[in-house]
Amino acid sequence: MESTAHIDFIAAAYAAAAIIIGALIAWIMVDYRVQTHTLAELDEQGVARRSATSRAERTIEQAKAAADAQAKERA
Amino acid sequence: MPLIDLANPTRFLRLANQTIPWLGGVTLLVFAFGIDQAMIAPDDYQQGATVKIMFIHVPSAWLGMLGWGLMSVAALGTLVWRHPLADVAAKAAAPIGAAFTLLCLVTGSLWGRPEWGTYWVWDARLTSELILFLLYLGVIALWRTVDDPSRAARAAAILTLVGAVDLPIIKFSVDWWNTLHQGSSVFRLGGSTIYPTILIPLFIMAAAFTLLFATLLLAAMRNEILRRRVRTLHLMQANAVN
Repeated sequence: MESTAHIDFIAAAYAAAAIIIGALIAWIMVDYRVQTHTLAELDEQGVARRSATSRAERTIEQAKAAADAQAKERA
Repeated sequence: MPLIDLANPTRFLRLANQTIPWLGGVTLLVFAFGIDQAMIAPDDYQQGATVKIMFIHVPSAWLGMLGWGLMSVAALGTLVWRHPLADVAAKAAAPIGAAFTLLCLVTGSLWGRPEWGTYWVWDARLTSELILFLLYLGVIALWRTVDDPSRAARAAAILTLVGAVDLPIIKFSVDWWNTLHQGSSVFRLGGSTIYPTILIPLFIMAAAFTLLFATLLLAAMRNEILRRRVRTLHLMQANAVN
């Protein structure tokens, strides 16, 4: 910077940018923590979405089928 | 991955989780380079050192308008194609666009005082930019007023499309009316009137701001998808109790 005239206005503009963008980033990060924390709490309580439940059920059924097939092979 | 796969929120979340840290890192690097270039750029022959404010004022003005432009496309996605992520994108973009528009107004005001002798004047460019900020606040308020996200999305989409009229007004206000705000100097017929030693740092800062916007938008969209999952689970929990 060659001249220091109006340096206070320049500094204020950059400070405003840092404050506004910093607040935006902080808000988004805090929001993410709140949502993931709430989802984890609901998961601990056993509340699950229908699609998630059906996926889990499918996995259990697949595991059971694989175990049955292995048992038949052994027999 | 075909683009249509991103319509699935679970796939989008996976992609967002992988992309956000890298995009954030690149944003930080481009910002560091941009600020360095802005600080070593020469003073303007008329404005002196206050031209440094341009490196944050102009990109934030562009992104404030880009935010509303994206919301308008997303509004069409909600109303016409009923894309599952369209209203998520629109809702997530609103506070980010509002923040950049506010930054544009604040830095413009701080640039106006030493150059024009006043922080504010009701000329067409400044007033239409203020209207954009108020429109952002209106959309954010509308999203918060209606509890059901799908109903809120339709109402917000209509307001967004109506508000899109303000974008060409902002862009051409300096041509259509006599304004204290200067005319177009970057994107204009006949080329830019800004010398490359100032124009190149401006483009680098614009790239940094755009990357920041993209990173924040992805992160905010991820939050919104998670918030809707929480809402669904709370509703399921309430139904199970009843």
